[in-house]
Amino acid sequence: MKLINESTILRRMKPRLIKNLVFKCLFMAATIFALLVLGILLYRVITQGIGYLDWQFMQGLPSRNPEQAGVKTALIGTVWLMAVVAPVTLFFGVGTAIYLEEYAKKGKFTTFIQVNISNLAGVPSIVFGLLGLTVFVRALSLGTSVIAAGLTMSLLVLPIIIVSSQEAIRAVPKELREASYGMGATKWQTILRVVMPAAIPGILTGGILALSRAIGETAPLVVLGLPLFLAFLPQSVFDMFTVLPMQIYNWTGRPQEEFHAVAAAGIIVLLTLLIIMNSVAVYIRNKFQKRY
Amino acid sequence: MNTTMVKLNNQQNQTAANAESQRKEAVYHTKDLNLWYGTNHALKNINLEINEKEVTAIIGPSGCGKSTYIKTLNRMIELVPDVKTSGEIKYRGRNILQKGYGVEELRTKVGMVFQKPNPFPKSIFENVAYGPKIHGIKDKKILNQIVEKSLKGAAIWDEVKDRLNENAFGLSGGQQQRLCIARCLAIEPDVILMDEPTSALDPISTLKVEELVQELKKEYSIIIVTHNMQQAARISDKTAFFLNGEVIEYSETDQIFSNPADQRTEDYITGRFG
Repeated sequence: MKLINESTILRRMKPRLIKNLVFKCLFMAATIFALLVLGILLYRVITQGIGYLDWQFMQGLPSRNPEQAGVKTALIGTVWLMAVVAPVTLFFGVGTAIYLEEYAKKGKFTTFIQVNISNLAGVPSIVFGLLGLTVFVRALSLGTSVIAAGLTMSLLVLPIIIVSSQEAIRAVPKELREASYGMGATKWQTILRVVMPAAIPGILTGGILALSRAIGETAPLVVLGLPLFLAFLPQSVFDMFTVLPMQIYNWTGRPQEEFHAVAAAGIIVLLTLLIIMNSVAVYIRNKFQKRY
Repeated sequence: MNTTMVKLNNQQNQTAANAESQRKEAVYHTKDLNLWYGTNHALKNINLEINEKEVTAIIGPSGCGKSTYIKTLNRMIELVPDVKTSGEIKYRGRNILQKGYGVEELRTKVGMVFQKPNPFPKSIFENVAYGPKIHGIKDKKILNQIVEKSLKGAAIWDEVKDRLNENAFGLSGGQQQRLCIARCLAIEPDVILMDEPTSALDPISTLKVEELVQELKKEYSIIIVTHNMQQAARISDKTAFFLNGEVIEYSETDQIFSNPADQRTEDYITGRFG
């Protein structure tokens, strides 16, 4: 006896295919909508800001006159911030990831740490600002310096880099570790010579993405009390400074219409920086991605 | 050359000379070995004596503990969380399960070849030089000699000598496995443990590895876990049959395959179960 009736199947074929098509269109529409919003945003920013974007803008210090206002202090400040955040997060982030993945015994304690790292990644950035204000600016009396802001931002992006480094380390096949241990290598030799070389592309990718988050964040720095208008460059990590998003925030707050266009030019600079960094991350990922 | 390399035991060379006339010496004495994964009793009162310069095969159905046992011999089993052992395994007279026995030291004497070829994502040269390098050999000349000797020892030298700097992943599966054997030989071990080394290989590559094992047993003691009973019969001198974590029978391979003492062994080798 046949359990499947061919005519019923044929009858139901058409609605199934239609449903398939409907969902395909729905998901495509969602993608197009996101792209459209992004496109409009870029179009507005570029048409507004392109007029002010020239060498003078890149070179200029902030000014009351929109024609002379420049992004130099903020851009250099952002570079200073990165110079603090990158080494601090890489050291603590990768160190934590190596400890959790390679050394720590899996148990209640590590699960507890793991859960908290994930939770930390979800904490609003302004809370990190308050923490930085209490600990670095006030308790350690670092003031609104590069180092205070850098450490605050490091705390903010640390969970991101820990999680991405852990994933990169976990993706290294255990067979490679076994091969290394099997020849009498110590744990550290195995980590240094086998695990890290295989995991480094993933770690770098995560690191760059974390860094680009750090240079785009504004809220914690507002809480720290970074100056909105600063006409000199920092000379050391203990100097006052400002960063791109702060500068943009300052310009958009001005009553003059011209400054809004200047802000748009600043946004173009910031976006270009972020796009470059993300492209580097993608490039590293594709170039060094190894199959096992 | 030997003085700078990871040295082979001198005594061992002497005993090798007498081996033809005398009884072979044991490399491993396993006494009342029990092993638990958590609460799962995986090895039960194992007593085995494994001779040097022989091929000892371990056969048995899946989950019988044969891989667990071989991994206990170089303490790789400790990578599994929650493993407990009791009893003793003496390697060359010293109990390796004892506290304070350096696992790194043990593994320079006891090399391992795994089920799936697992070369490092490095060049062929770097793969073989890995072991000597981690043991502190930096001299380029000596490393070159070790790499050549090891690759020749694993019968793969002619196939790779012109592309030592190419990535090992470019080799075929069978070549990769022989490279892994070469990598293992590079630390000049005393014992080579092989955990189903041919299960991922095609018949021709399998044959090559089997021939290699015959060649290697002149210098090394080999313990091989295999699913393939013909393979055990072809290449081993002694065979141990494991079932549910126990050694059911352990004797000369000819004996086991022609005239097994235990009914369960007979059932297994004739294919009635497993």
